[in-house]
Amino acid sequence: MADPYATAVSLRDAIGRREVSAEAVCRQAIDRIAALDGSVHAFLLVDADRAIARARSLDEAGAPAGPLHGIPIALKDNIAVRGMRTTAGSRVLDNYISPFDATVVRKLEQAGAVIVGKTVCDEFAMGSSTEHCAFGPSRNPWAADRIPGGSSGGSAVAVATGMTPLALGSDTGGSIRQPAALCGIVGLKPTYGRVSRYGLVAFASSLDQIGPMARSVADVALTLEVVSGRDPHDSTAADRDVPAFSRELSGDARGLRVGVPRHLLGEGLDEEVRAKFEESLRALEALGVTLHDVELPHSRYAIPVYYLVGTAEASSNLARYDGVRYGVRAADAASIGDMYDRTRSAGFGAEVKRRIMLGTYVLSAGYYDAYYLKAQQVRTLIQRDFERAFDAVDVVATPTSPTPAFRLGERTGDPLQMYLADIFTVSAPLAGLPAISVPCGFTADRLPVGLQLTGRAWDEGTLLRLADAYERVSPWSAMHPPGVRRGSDRGLTPV
Amino acid sequence: MASTLTRDEVVRIAELARLSLSESEITLFTTQLAEILRYAEAIQQADTSGVPPTSHAMAAGPMWRDDEPGACLDRDEILRRAPAASIDAGLFKVPKVL
Repeated sequence: MADPYATAVSLRDAIGRREVSAEAVCRQAIDRIAALDGSVHAFLLVDADRAIARARSLDEAGAPAGPLHGIPIALKDNIAVRGMRTTAGSRVLDNYISPFDATVVRKLEQAGAVIVGKTVCDEFAMGSSTEHCAFGPSRNPWAADRIPGGSSGGSAVAVATGMTPLALGSDTGGSIRQPAALCGIVGLKPTYGRVSRYGLVAFASSLDQIGPMARSVADVALTLEVVSGRDPHDSTAADRDVPAFSRELSGDARGLRVGVPRHLLGEGLDEEVRAKFEESLRALEALGVTLHDVELPHSRYAIPVYYLVGTAEASSNLARYDGVRYGVRAADAASIGDMYDRTRSAGFGAEVKRRIMLGTYVLSAGYYDAYYLKAQQVRTLIQRDFERAFDAVDVVATPTSPTPAFRLGERTGDPLQMYLADIFTVSAPLAGLPAISVPCGFTADRLPVGLQLTGRAWDEGTLLRLADAYERVSPWSAMHPPGVRRGSDRGLTPV
Repeated sequence: MASTLTRDEVVRIAELARLSLSESEITLFTTQLAEILRYAEAIQQADTSGVPPTSHAMAAGPMWRDDEPGACLDRDEILRRAPAASIDAGLFKVPKVL
């Protein structure tokens, strides 16, 4: 049987050579999910029948359907698949069966990918730990008492444990990169507009992007290639050429200029994370990269700007959950207003309510200028900082997360502490820039640490080339969580 | 700046947001939102005179398409998924408005 940690590229080639069938690869993914998900809770839904039927039809078709022929993929549960339950981790969508496919789903299936199910995420992607999922959190496969990161935590866990070689997440303030870092895999947030958001449950529309998660940079590059491109259903999906990212991974990073904003690496940065980050910079230098100090003076405001802008947009986007057209409606309402209030109050969890409240407040009369407008102006300054930095460097490097995975429950009582986990990840979406997290080592407790590389708009190619060159000279992508005890609620245990 | 958020303001915001909060939620959110807003006060230090606001990061600008009729989602299928609807009449149902 195939190695559960085989890459998508190698599996696709093996299927293409008829060494293994798409159905066998799919069954292995389904079996592995069945064996491990009791420990880590990566999935909210697994549609084995649909996936196996699809894999079988690919085997019967003969010619490869596309560059992901026969590759199982997991989707964050805020991405719509026709006929499949799509909850976005919320009770208010508990009964929602999507009547349409997201554009990324259509593109994945055209490329031959096999969707196996939907993964755990914080409710409406609002969170950094999956603890705000209405249906229970995922667990970090490296330490079962710790969070996997969020909000695309289930997708990160599915990939890190070898359930599927690929997953899609969505990233608004770090929701692909932070769980990728904390679970020891690769995750990329594309340039805003690179990937269609049609069929992505909206959180903050000026920030949201769908992106790939995988165990290798090459797999991330290939998946990005497949899901990118213009879409008549999304006016923000740009009409840009989609480069063949996966063919640009030369392994040669010589001459690239990497900027390091040292002024951001102060308070709140875990010492072990700092040490791993510095080691990764040395490794980049050994690849022929030059390091430069860069200043991003307004990034110190990035978290407040993000939480003001993001919650304002969320309060507007989530007005649609009113119990009228879809989702769950509260019973026994005396009037239509009462129905709205009861539906929303029963349907939303605490973090979603908190963010709707904050967003409503900052948009309300008397506070709009001081909070929302001011935040949008500072957003401009954050963008300009990056534009200036990219005059002198090609890529900006920081840690992805200031700490390794924290413990379940450690920050749920203190929302501000939870928000501070996003310190290094919120700037890229505010500026619309692409950013990738790649594994760069482990703490003494064997918790993964991620290196974040941020690039110019539309220049995912340089990020991927540098990340791939680094991956080739580092051992981290070959490391996987220790063994798994079937059905254990204690998570993954060493074998 | 309103770095002290009052309980009455929280109640008013909840009404605007169409959320009916429990007493304990009101108390909790009053404390937590005030703390978040105090933290967010930091942005007031940034000099933004003459700086235009950014409402999106769309490097390419919005993409236009021709407004041509095409296939759309099936009405009955949508209505079947609604909490309450009359498929024959083609309407969503809500509690009495007037």
